[in-house]
Amino acid sequence: MRFLDYFRSKKTSSASVAKERLQIIVAHERGRRDQPDYLPQLQQELLAVIRKYVQISDDMVQVEVDRNDNCSILELNVTLPE
Amino acid sequence: MARIIVVTSGKGGVGKTTTSASISTGLAKRGHKTVVIDFDVGLRNLDLIMNCERRVVYDFVNVIQGEATLNQALIRDKRVEDLYILPASQTREKEALTKDGVERVINELSETFEYIVCDSPAGIEHGALMALYYADEAIVVTNPEVSSVRDSDRILGILQSKSRRAEMGQEPVKEHLLLTRYNPARVQRGEMLSVADVEEILAIPLLGVIPESQVVLNASNRGVPVILEEDSDAGQAYDDAVARLLGEEREHRFMTAQKKGFFSRMFKGG
Repeated sequence: MRFLDYFRSKKTSSASVAKERLQIIVAHERGRRDQPDYLPQLQQELLAVIRKYVQISDDMVQVEVDRNDNCSILELNVTLPE
Repeated sequence: MARIIVVTSGKGGVGKTTTSASISTGLAKRGHKTVVIDFDVGLRNLDLIMNCERRVVYDFVNVIQGEATLNQALIRDKRVEDLYILPASQTREKEALTKDGVERVINELSETFEYIVCDSPAGIEHGALMALYYADEAIVVTNPEVSSVRDSDRILGILQSKSRRAEMGQEPVKEHLLLTRYNPARVQRGEMLSVADVEEILAIPLLGVIPESQVVLNASNRGVPVILEEDSDAGQAYDDAVARLLGEEREHRFMTAQKKGFFSRMFKGG
């Protein structure tokens, strides 16, 4: 296998690395673009409310909006510490 | 009613002004009365590329602020009939371009011109927003390079949310991808993103591919829009792009590397 990998890795051109990196960052940025402006604020306020009861860090609350044809779903994901 | 076309990119140095000069020249050459407006207040350069820098008396901001009439500010191109240039101000602040002011000028131009080409400044600040706000169509100039592609995607997002068409809920701005400084030999060696790669990422229709060419710098040195270099690959690629903009079907050229034989190397200087 090592022998084959040697030839394979050599074929990863810089252009294909560029394409892959771009696809990831562009998809990520498009996702944020479509979200409502109030989302970061909402996330902060939710965090503050939950912190009244449980100690959690910033990254333990995820807020996302999923758009379907005729409605949007606000998805709230809170990870509580053990 | 004039058709308003913005030439934009987000990133600087990708060829917006070169493209604005060539597209507007190409439209006028085909008999469409065209005006090209430089929106880069404070850093005007379209006048240099179009070789009229010594004929600028009044500018876009003078007209907006009522210090000059449009007729006083418009510069008539000396090479192509039906082509006019409205230069940017070199001394004012970018904020001198107000939404109302720009709208008044565009409306007045709409009465006599068929095409209004807006040469956007780089960035996503005020000047760039003003350049794209009234657009019916957008030519997104992109280099096959990571930062340019990302910035183009950003500007597409802005076209889709902050243009007048978006704000009014009208039919969206028609988007065109123009890939510039394309080097087919490097693409073949896997050193440069291909046309297909960029199309796949940005997902907008391809207007044209302009090959990287020494002719472009030579033409700008002399103040000649490169589309007038009719024997050159870049000039012909711009001519194709203008034809497609007007609805003509043209096959894409200059997308594969030319294999040079021994003789052409010897006699055409490589």
